[in-house]
Amino acid sequence: MGNEILSTVNWSRAQFAMTAMYHWIFVPLTLGLSFLIAFFESIYVKTGDESWKKLTKFWMTLFGINFAIGVATGIIMEFQFGTNWSNYSWMVGDIFGAPLAVEGIFAFFLEATFFAVMFFGWERATKGFHLFSTWMVAFGSNLSAVWILVANGWMQNPTAMAFNPDKARFEMQNFFDVALSPTAVQKFTHTTGSAFLLSSLFVMGISGLFLLQKRHQLLAQRSMVVAAVLGLISSVFVAFNGDESAFHIAHRQPMKLAAMEGLYDGQEKAPIVLMGIINANKKPGDNLPAFHQEVKVPGMLSLLANRDFGSFVPGVNDLVYGNPERKIVGAQQRIASGKIAVAELTRYKNAKKSGDEVGAAQALALFNQHKDNLGYGYLNDPAEAVPPVALTFYAFHIMIALGSLFPIIFIAVLWFAYRGTLASHRWLSWVCFACLFLGYVASQAGWVVAEVGRQPWAIQGLLPVGVAGTAIAAASVKTTFFIFLTLFTALLIAEIGIMVKQIKIGPEA
Amino acid sequence: MIGNLDITVLQQLWWLIASVVGSLFLMLTFVQGGQTLIFTLANSEEEKSLIINAMGRKWELTFTTLVLFGGALFAAFPLFYATSFGGAYWVWMLILFTFVMQAVSYEYRKKPNNVLGARTYEIFMFLNGSVGILLIGAAVGTFFTGSRFSLSMFNQVTWGTPYHGLEAALNYFNVAFGLFLVFLARTLGAMYIVSHVNHEPLVARARKACLINLVLALPFLLTVLYGLLTMSGFAVDPATGKIALEQGKYLHNLLGMPVVLVLLLAGLLLVIYGVVATAFLGKNRGIWFGGLGTVLVGLAVFSLAGYHNTAFYPSLTDLQSSLTIYNASSSKFTLTVMSYVALGVPFVLAYVAYVWRVMDSKQLTLAELTTGEDARKMY
Repeated sequence: MGNEILSTVNWSRAQFAMTAMYHWIFVPLTLGLSFLIAFFESIYVKTGDESWKKLTKFWMTLFGINFAIGVATGIIMEFQFGTNWSNYSWMVGDIFGAPLAVEGIFAFFLEATFFAVMFFGWERATKGFHLFSTWMVAFGSNLSAVWILVANGWMQNPTAMAFNPDKARFEMQNFFDVALSPTAVQKFTHTTGSAFLLSSLFVMGISGLFLLQKRHQLLAQRSMVVAAVLGLISSVFVAFNGDESAFHIAHRQPMKLAAMEGLYDGQEKAPIVLMGIINANKKPGDNLPAFHQEVKVPGMLSLLANRDFGSFVPGVNDLVYGNPERKIVGAQQRIASGKIAVAELTRYKNAKKSGDEVGAAQALALFNQHKDNLGYGYLNDPAEAVPPVALTFYAFHIMIALGSLFPIIFIAVLWFAYRGTLASHRWLSWVCFACLFLGYVASQAGWVVAEVGRQPWAIQGLLPVGVAGTAIAAASVKTTFFIFLTLFTALLIAEIGIMVKQIKIGPEA
Repeated sequence: MIGNLDITVLQQLWWLIASVVGSLFLMLTFVQGGQTLIFTLANSEEEKSLIINAMGRKWELTFTTLVLFGGALFAAFPLFYATSFGGAYWVWMLILFTFVMQAVSYEYRKKPNNVLGARTYEIFMFLNGSVGILLIGAAVGTFFTGSRFSLSMFNQVTWGTPYHGLEAALNYFNVAFGLFLVFLARTLGAMYIVSHVNHEPLVARARKACLINLVLALPFLLTVLYGLLTMSGFAVDPATGKIALEQGKYLHNLLGMPVVLVLLLAGLLLVIYGVVATAFLGKNRGIWFGGLGTVLVGLAVFSLAGYHNTAFYPSLTDLQSSLTIYNASSSKFTLTVMSYVALGVPFVLAYVAYVWRVMDSKQLTLAELTTGEDARKMY
């Protein structure tokens, strides 16, 4: 039975991860390209230059193709909370309810309503109302990202809630503290910033291809300049914001930070690993080296985590086994406390059911002493509290490396555009085209860091994935996993086929 | 003001809000109904494109309303969300598959190099309009016929059959409910075509189609009504919260809530009038009557399921695991916050109506599809 549950949970994780990763192929373009299109159309309305209108409609066509599949994968995400993570849905429904209601009422309808005008309203609406609709689609898309990222931020850093033992769920105490928690704000700004960056790379990549093919050169150069401006601003913002995000992770999710840097033994003047090859055999508590090869910069991780070169940064071992000297309570100790919380909660519920008020009060008092470690009570081995280190480490470093490359490309594009020689540097067009794909790699890697680094928790420290799922046969989830895989892959292939054809046709058709 | 409301009032209010959203979704399934008419109503590729483009202006609104319905249930009644979606896994998954297929079909069907071919996307649309709506109907049917599940002391659901919801399709009432919704959607879809398309031969056929589909819907409607009036229901004792079977419970609910009876009768009459006006009186605005009638019928159905001390998601395995709007809801604090949020709904409805008016001020013509400025982006 235990293996069956584990198998179901792992297939559910795989299914959710797959859906999320497919969804995130399409969503960044929706978030960023919608604003770029709004910029393009604004220039058209301001100047009355028909070539800007043609340019706007070209990018709008690609936007529409991408948008449809983003919507398709999005609905699966929402309902999978219920179908595959029913216990999680119950335990957090009281908290996620309000953000999701806001999302549904305000964001989705804004997007869905004005989408029709944006696409089919050139002849039916006035020029001004059409432009307004395009901006509304951009705002609606991004507004819809706010609330799901608030929910995700809460999962990384649960706040403004209390556990209700009678209902066996978490209940919201303050809406604004949930909506405006630093983690939620970080999550939203970093994610949308990166989406603008990726959209800029997308526009520059396609434009680079046009320049290489010597087609639509005016459209390509104009598009590249607007995209490079947005991309550069986004890059700088994402870099500073990412630094702030790491600072928060250091304090709210220290295990994730340790995994991101492959740091097993905490230390002062902790180094950042610029590049390295993780030792796959390394386990918490053993004496094996963490890396086969690595290049380190001393003190930089301490600076990132605490704004202090000399400060102490805990490693995986400190967080698993505890470090009394540094007053760090390890997972081992928390599990013992959590087991008491789980047992007392059960005793409390049984006592209530049988009308034993004295027994219920005693159990509740003991439960309250240990309730902060409730989630740990469902873990059996302290090593279970460690996320997959290698995957988190590599994903983080790929994201950082690519994120450092992109602003250089944006600056180069703006420089050569300023010099009026953008079209003559074919190497740059090739680089822009390559960056289209690298942008997707960086973006996906970012989510891998966020989600894999949070494991084993569905809600950080409170609810491990092992007890968050639905009690259903693993074979059922396995079947839906492969159905989704086939369906999404077929639709992705169709999307790419249509997109490539539309790019070949270009704006003149 | 909202903060002073009793939690019971808030729970009832949120059942009403969820019911309104669910009923609006039923009205908007004219999109799905229209999708199922493309193979029978259209005599040419052009006519098929007219139907698809007429529906294509609204598909996202239907889709978004479904998402909002799910979101409202998650937000206001999370125990239902966790129990039904987790338990009746296969029904919800199949519904979702059909909506995934729909979401891409409009955009991809006519685009060159779409890999799967236009016909495949048309079949996707048909499946969404038929199988998708049938299963949604069957799922709503279980609000009355019940499901086999039990809840642990921590509210974790255990489903009593290995079919995880597919067993609902073996119940005659659920199937009749689903088929009624399919033919109702087709009726509404035909009325919508009459209202929004300027193409005389197609419109003439749509007028006939709305009548035929209403006639086809009637046996299933009568089956549902007969079932509702005669079946045992799941009554909640308001004092103890205990749930017990009550013979004729939904008949008692109808008689105990005359407003609901009026809603049901008025709704059915409005739908019938919409069809008569479209099919026999040559009117183009029948969809408004049909749409409003559908909303009223939907409200009556959800009210029968949730109000008047009734368990809206009954358990056949363990009666006391049945869900009521009182034991399945979010906390008072969350319901209060959401009620403040819901004050924004009239504003949303206002701009949706305005945009609808702007976009529908002129009927869709073949010329717009082929030579208009937006011709390249047409579905």
